[in-house]
Amino acid sequence: MKKWTVILEIFLKEGIFDPQGKTVKDALHNLGFKEVEEVRIGKVLKIDILGENKEEIISKVKKMSEIFLANPVTEDFVIRVEE
Amino acid sequence: MMRVGVVVFPGTNCDMDTYHALRLVGHDPVYLWHKEHDLKNVDVVILPGGFSYGDYLRAGAIARFSPIMNEIIDFAKKGGYVLGICNGFQILLEAGLLPGAMLPNITNSFICKEVFLEVINNNTLFLKNYKVGEILKMPIAHKEGRYYISKRELEELKENNQIVLKYYGENPNGSLENIAGIINKKGNVMGLMPHPERAVEEILGSTSGLNLFLTLLE
Amino acid sequence: MGVFGLKEEEIKHAIKLLGREPNDLEWSVISVIWSEHCSYKHSRKYLKDFLTKAEWVEQGPGENAGIVNLGDGYRVVFKIESHNHPSAVEPFQGAATGVGGIVRDILAIGARPIALLDSLRFGPIEKGRNKYLFEGVVGGISFYGNCIGVPVVGGEIVFEDCYSSNPLVNVMCIGLLTPGQKSYRGKAEGKGNLLLLVGAKTGRDGLQGASFASEKLDDEVHKKRPSVQVGDPFLGKLLIESCLEAASTEGVIGIQDLGAAGLVSSLSESARRGRSGVKVYLDKVPQREENMTAEEILLSESQERMLLVIKPEKAEEIISIFKKWDLEAEIIGEVIEEEKFVVYFKGEKVVDLPTELLVDGSLIFDPPYKDYEVPNLAFDFGSRVKKEHVNRFLEELVNDLFIKEKIYRQYDYSVQTNTVFSPGFGDAAVLRIKGTNKGIAVVVDGNGRYCYLNPKRGAMYAVTEACRNILCVGGRPLAITDGLNFGDPDEAEVFYQFRETIKGIDLASRALEIPIVSGNVSFYNGQAENTIFPTPIIGMVGILEDLSYLIKPGFKVVGNPVYLIGDFSWLSLGGSKFIKDIFGKIEGEPPYVDLIWERKLKFFMEEIRKERDIVLSAHDISEGGLLSTLLEMSFWGEKGVEIVLPSDKIENLIGEGSGLIVVEINKDKEIKYLDFIEKYGLKTQKIGIVKEKEFIVEPFIKRNINEFLRRR
Repeated sequence: MKKWTVILEIFLKEGIFDPQGKTVKDALHNLGFKEVEEVRIGKVLKIDILGENKEEIISKVKKMSEIFLANPVTEDFVIRVEE
Repeated sequence: MMRVGVVVFPGTNCDMDTYHALRLVGHDPVYLWHKEHDLKNVDVVILPGGFSYGDYLRAGAIARFSPIMNEIIDFAKKGGYVLGICNGFQILLEAGLLPGAMLPNITNSFICKEVFLEVINNNTLFLKNYKVGEILKMPIAHKEGRYYISKRELEELKENNQIVLKYYGENPNGSLENIAGIINKKGNVMGLMPHPERAVEEILGSTSGLNLFLTLLE
Repeated sequence: MGVFGLKEEEIKHAIKLLGREPNDLEWSVISVIWSEHCSYKHSRKYLKDFLTKAEWVEQGPGENAGIVNLGDGYRVVFKIESHNHPSAVEPFQGAATGVGGIVRDILAIGARPIALLDSLRFGPIEKGRNKYLFEGVVGGISFYGNCIGVPVVGGEIVFEDCYSSNPLVNVMCIGLLTPGQKSYRGKAEGKGNLLLLVGAKTGRDGLQGASFASEKLDDEVHKKRPSVQVGDPFLGKLLIESCLEAASTEGVIGIQDLGAAGLVSSLSESARRGRSGVKVYLDKVPQREENMTAEEILLSESQERMLLVIKPEKAEEIISIFKKWDLEAEIIGEVIEEEKFVVYFKGEKVVDLPTELLVDGSLIFDPPYKDYEVPNLAFDFGSRVKKEHVNRFLEELVNDLFIKEKIYRQYDYSVQTNTVFSPGFGDAAVLRIKGTNKGIAVVVDGNGRYCYLNPKRGAMYAVTEACRNILCVGGRPLAITDGLNFGDPDEAEVFYQFRETIKGIDLASRALEIPIVSGNVSFYNGQAENTIFPTPIIGMVGILEDLSYLIKPGFKVVGNPVYLIGDFSWLSLGGSKFIKDIFGKIEGEPPYVDLIWERKLKFFMEEIRKERDIVLSAHDISEGGLLSTLLEMSFWGEKGVEIVLPSDKIENLIGEGSGLIVVEINKDKEIKYLDFIEKYGLKTQKIGIVKEKEFIVEPFIKRNINEFLRRR
């Protein structure tokens, strides 16, 4: 049994309007960072989890994300395992 | 007269308001605690508004796994009547009892104000006493009320007349096609974002919600 | 560990009282509980002379909140609290935890919190951090209040330079006790009774927060971030339901919330109130972090925690209530006979202090005071005013209305289905009491500008304004909760402001027979040139014995006569919003307050509202003068008005004064109205008539109300 740290990034699906992201982008433009094209705001979960190997961990977190941590209608997710 | 149950999750706020509205029209409702597995023989289950589990992660995301949801899903499958108000609607969406999902309001903020609604379809127990085309006035109070559904599923909703209430005049939160309330295919499960229990007395500014609760008396 | 914030003389005094040198932990304990925030050492001497009793007052100051009787077994519970310093550092959490804290004070009485009002002050929004502070605070209040399901029904928002580095966040909470519900005090008594700590786990939050609130903020502010507590409104809501459930059982002796100075203040204060002592085992406290020291556990200001004193035989039943709501509930000690605060950690006794020393032992300070000159307003200032100034001012007033609406929309104002009007609609918020025909009217009011120019008068004005606001919705004022905000009390001019403010509140409260039942003092809001205006905020509750007395705000019927109660000659420019906004000056004398008149006005309104059909709408003149009053009445009623002023003196339009109310009288009841006026020895004059859409104030304004309404 090892201790793993998984970083789960959850974002709104492409095409869904993100008013928060737009507001932030506009503010960046006002601050002079006009080269910013788009900002989308998501969620990052840091999950400390026990497991045997990397595949097992990814599979578990994927399941968690599919049934609970992300909303399949509106959100996509990316899993990163920290060594 | 139908027996009505009002579900209470940790963080539910509008259970007492809903109970009060039901008592006002002559009901004798019961509270259903989220950890119980007993629906106490009710004919109608109402999931009231509030902030179940603080709306943490996503509104309704945690409450939909509460023990009592097993019973409610069974009950709905068998044709039992289920009404989700605001957070209740969000829980029904997360639980898959209604199609689609809620996104944060397009204004990026919590909105509390009175809105106008148009009755698009009344083919459900809860809206039986309303006329199609009737305009209602009710308060909304939410941060995540922007209804969203995929294009394909939206077509299905329209085909099956599942859109029952739309915002009229002004869309306060950016909901797709101004959708404020929907039903499932069978019509026994309904969800709406506005608060009918806050529109049952003159002194509160509107009685548009009365008919919804009166239907349950029959 | 050390002696944060204690002066030399306090250190000597502590040693003298104790008869020995306190150990390090004991010094920490003494220093937090003797901090200004907890001990009120600079203000206690002056506050005790307030009028605090009346036939309808069940509980006055000194407890978690005041309790006022509404009749038929219903009682209203309320208090105002400030959370200024934490909000300056982290506005969102500072404001959120401020809401959490005041709600728990009401909960500690055993009452369900039913409403919130927020009184907020910031520097001008275009400058510096002010926008960030403003948005953070509003966001924080919205975040917490909405989640716990307590409606924000009213408040005030003021922008003034002096609050730039020192925002003021004062939150008032109203609770309700229904017939049969027992009210509790925060007291520990009965040897052998148990101390039950419930709610969140204890972490390292806000350590030394009480001393923090008693220090002046400076550039070091940013380094203090770890001192700020983080609120969990979900837990706050669970605490509300579980505590109310526990309070309905037989086994609870006392309830106290944990706020500033955490376990230290709640335990020692409850022991002192019950004239007993407490023995506490810190190892029993549920901890969120590892390896917490005794000091950390004792002084932690982790939020969402309550202390219940319970009978041993009922412990199991009460604990099971908290477990049902998935909350921590641990017995951490017991009540003892000796009046001591005794603490054990890891088997050793680490604190042994007399409760009297802790709670009542702090030195009372009575620093020197000195009055100061304020600039006079040129007597012919009025002649400098031009038409464009007036038009600009009108635009500003209209904008203010929309800004306020946008703010209030972020708060759920109708949850619990008691709110009769949306916030900002009318002079005061009105809540109906379910199960009765009664209602209550609630308001918060203050005027820092007036208080800076003349502290006593400004304070008198704040009380009379709150009173008029309650009267204008058809209520009878019952009691006050005062939130007093000042700079550094060791600055002679600030202490002068404090003393005079107290005098002003006292005079007005006695003249109007409205007692003070709870309150809060916040010092150290700024220093030297950076100090805030003295800002006493008056929270007031009134009763509508019958909801039919309700006077709905806004003009009602086209053709109805509009009268002014009072005299135009009382309107002046000193300290007015107009002079400040248009000319950037804060000068002159604030309005004179004639308490005899205000008293007559109060009796008059309390009587005439019972007729129900004479006064159809009412609104008092305050900031912005008659123009603001008329604009708001038109806005609320969506009707216009045509007024003819007695002359073209600018004071008539935008001058401010005390004791003036604009009323719309039922045109069929004019004679009756005038009879009432005579009976109560008041004076009044007809100034105009309600119109459909025209908004005319001759000779200054000629507009149409649709111009403004359309911008919504």
